[in-house]
Amino acid sequence: MFYRQSGIRHTDYVSDSKLFPIPADRNLLLLILLIALAAPFILAPFYVNSYILPWLIWTAAALGLNLVIGWAGQLHLGYAALMAVGAYTSVHAARFGIPWEGALLIGGALSAVIGSLFAFAALRVKGLYLALTTLALQFVMDWVLSHSPTITGGSHASLQAPTFRLLGQAITSDAGRYYVALGWCVLVTIFLLNLRRTGLGRALVAVREKDYAAAILGVNSFLYKIIAFATSAFIAGISGGILVVCYYFLVTPEQFTVAVSIQLLAMVIVGGLASIIGTYLGVGLILLAPGVVNRLFGALAGYFDLRFSPETFAHIPNAVYGALIIVFLIIEPMGLGKIYRNIRDYLLVWPFDQLKK
Amino acid sequence: MDFWYLAELTVNGALTGLLYALFAMGLVLIYKSSSVPNLAQGALTMVGAYAVLEMGRLLGAPLWLAIPLAAVAMFFLGLGIERVALRPLAGRPIIMILMMTLGLDIFLRGTTMAIFGGSSRPMGLGVTYDPLFVGPMLISRIHLIGALVSLAVFVVIVFFFRTRTGVRLRAISDDYMASWSVGISVERGVGLSWALASVSAVAASVIWGEIQGVDQSLSLLLLKGLTVAVLGGLDSVLGAVVAGIILGILESVGSNFLDPLVGGGSRDLIVAAVLVLTVLLRPHGLFGRHDIERI
Repeated sequence: MFYRQSGIRHTDYVSDSKLFPIPADRNLLLLILLIALAAPFILAPFYVNSYILPWLIWTAAALGLNLVIGWAGQLHLGYAALMAVGAYTSVHAARFGIPWEGALLIGGALSAVIGSLFAFAALRVKGLYLALTTLALQFVMDWVLSHSPTITGGSHASLQAPTFRLLGQAITSDAGRYYVALGWCVLVTIFLLNLRRTGLGRALVAVREKDYAAAILGVNSFLYKIIAFATSAFIAGISGGILVVCYYFLVTPEQFTVAVSIQLLAMVIVGGLASIIGTYLGVGLILLAPGVVNRLFGALAGYFDLRFSPETFAHIPNAVYGALIIVFLIIEPMGLGKIYRNIRDYLLVWPFDQLKK
Repeated sequence: MDFWYLAELTVNGALTGLLYALFAMGLVLIYKSSSVPNLAQGALTMVGAYAVLEMGRLLGAPLWLAIPLAAVAMFFLGLGIERVALRPLAGRPIIMILMMTLGLDIFLRGTTMAIFGGSSRPMGLGVTYDPLFVGPMLISRIHLIGALVSLAVFVVIVFFFRTRTGVRLRAISDDYMASWSVGISVERGVGLSWALASVSAVAASVIWGEIQGVDQSLSLLLLKGLTVAVLGGLDSVLGAVVAGIILGILESVGSNFLDPLVGGGSRDLIVAAVLVLTVLLRPHGLFGRHDIERI
C-alpha cells in the first residue's frame, strides 16, 4: 500500500545498495524526523522533557549496545559502566574548564579505551562466559565509583554538571536540550543505518555468525571484536555525558548500576537484535510502559476504591517491567523490530498477496 | 597477625563458603541438565524465604512444617517456570535465555516486593547469636548449622544422581540429543531440575534468611553463588562445594587484609575478581567439562 514497489527497478549495484531501496521508507523517515523537529512546538513541555528527551538519549545508548550485541554478537552486561565512565569524565573535564564539545569527546574516548578492555575478555571467551565477565567488570566499576571520592565525591555524593554550552551558546532552554539529544540520536542512527552497507558492518555480521568461519575467510575476528566494543563504548560514553548534561543535571554512581545495564539489555532484546527501528520501539516500551501501567493501576485502584500500600505501588512498575520482558521473549523472541518488519512485509504487497490464495 | 585469628577467619570463611555452595548448587542443577545459567536463582531464593514465612503465617504451621510445605510449593513453581518461560526458548541463542532469566529475576523480585513490602523480616529459626568457642576461636552457630545443611544437601544430590531419575538427568546433561533418541523425556528432566533447584533454594533461603533477615537483599546472593558455580565448573556439584569453600576463605581472609588498604567493602571486589580471573584463565572451572566447539 504505502510501500509500492512497482516501477522501482535497480539496474546497477550502486542503486541496489542505496540506503533506502524503496522511497516510501525514506519518506516515512523524513516525516518522523519532521515531527521530531517540531515536537517542542506542538507538544506540551512536560511530555518533551520527561518522555521524549530521555527516550532519545536512551535510544542512542541502546543503539550502541545493539551494535556490540546485535551486529557483532558479543554479549555485554557492563554497558552502564561505560556510560558512567563517559558521564564522569565529561563532567570532570567540563568542570576543569574544557568546553563541552571537547569534554564530551574526551568522555567518549576514555570510555572507548576502557570498553576495549572488555574486548580482551572477548578474545578468550564468548557466549555465557563473556556475559559473566562483563557482568563482573560492571560490579568492579560500581565498586570503584563508590569507593573513589576523587571521581565521585564520595559514595553518596553527587557531582553537578556545569552550564551546558555548545559552540559558545549556553543551552539552558528545554528545546535546546531536546535538540542536542535529537541531534546525537540521529547521528548514531545514521551511523548504524549505514553500517550494514559497509565492509565493517559485513565483517561484524560475519564475526557474529561464526568467528572461526570468519577468520578462515580472512576476517580478523579479534580486530573486529575490539572495534565493535570500542565503538559501542564510545557511543555509550557520549550518551552518558549527554544524559547527565541534558536530563539528570548531576551525576551519581547510582545512575549507572548493574540494573541499568540489564535495563539497556532488555531494551535491545525487546526491540530486536540488529534492528534499528526495533531499538527505538524497545526503548520506548521499557522506559515508558511501567510508568503508564502504574498510573493505570492507580486509576483502577481509585476507581474500585482499593487500598494498596505505597510500597506496593513502588514495586509494581518493576513487576510489570519483568513481565514485559518475559512475555516478549515468549511471544516474539525476535523483538518489536520483527513485528514491525512483518507489518511492513505485509503492506509491501498488499492487496496483491491475497489474490494468490 | 597471630595464628588463631587467621584460623578463625579461615574456618568462618569456609563455613560461609559452604553456604554460598548451598546457593550455587541450585544454579549447577539447572545448568547441568539444560545449559541454562539461571540468573533468577537469587530471586527464587527470596521467593522461597517468603514462601516459608507465609506458610507459617497463613496456615499457622510451625516452622518445621512450613519449610517442607514451602519446598513443595517451590517445587511446583520451578516446574511452572520451566514450562511457561524456558521451554519456548529451547534452542534459541544464549542471550535470549539469559535475558529470560533476568526478566524472571526482575519479575519475581518486583512481585514479591509488591506483595510483601520491602521491610526486613526475621526467619525465626531461633538459633542463638552467641558464638561457639572452639579453643580460642569464635565460630558462628548459624553458619555452622548452615554448612552442615549444605553438606547434607550435597550428599542428597550425590545419592539422587545414582537413582533411576538421577541417571536420566545425567544422561540429559551428557548429551540431550542422544537421550532424546533413546526415549528419555528431556523436557521432563529439565523441568525436574528446575523444580529441584527451586527446592534447594528453599534450603538456602531458610539459612540465609536467618543470617541476614528476609528481604530483597537475599537476591544479591546471586553474584557470589554465580562466582562459586563458575569457579567450580558450572556443571559440577562437587565443584560448587569445593569452590564455595575456596571463595569463602579467600573472601574472609582477603578482605581482612584488603579492607584497611581500600577503606572497606573489598569483599565484593574479591568476588568479582575471582569471577573475572576464573573465566579468563580457566573458563570450565575446577571440575567442569571442557566444551568442544564445532565449526
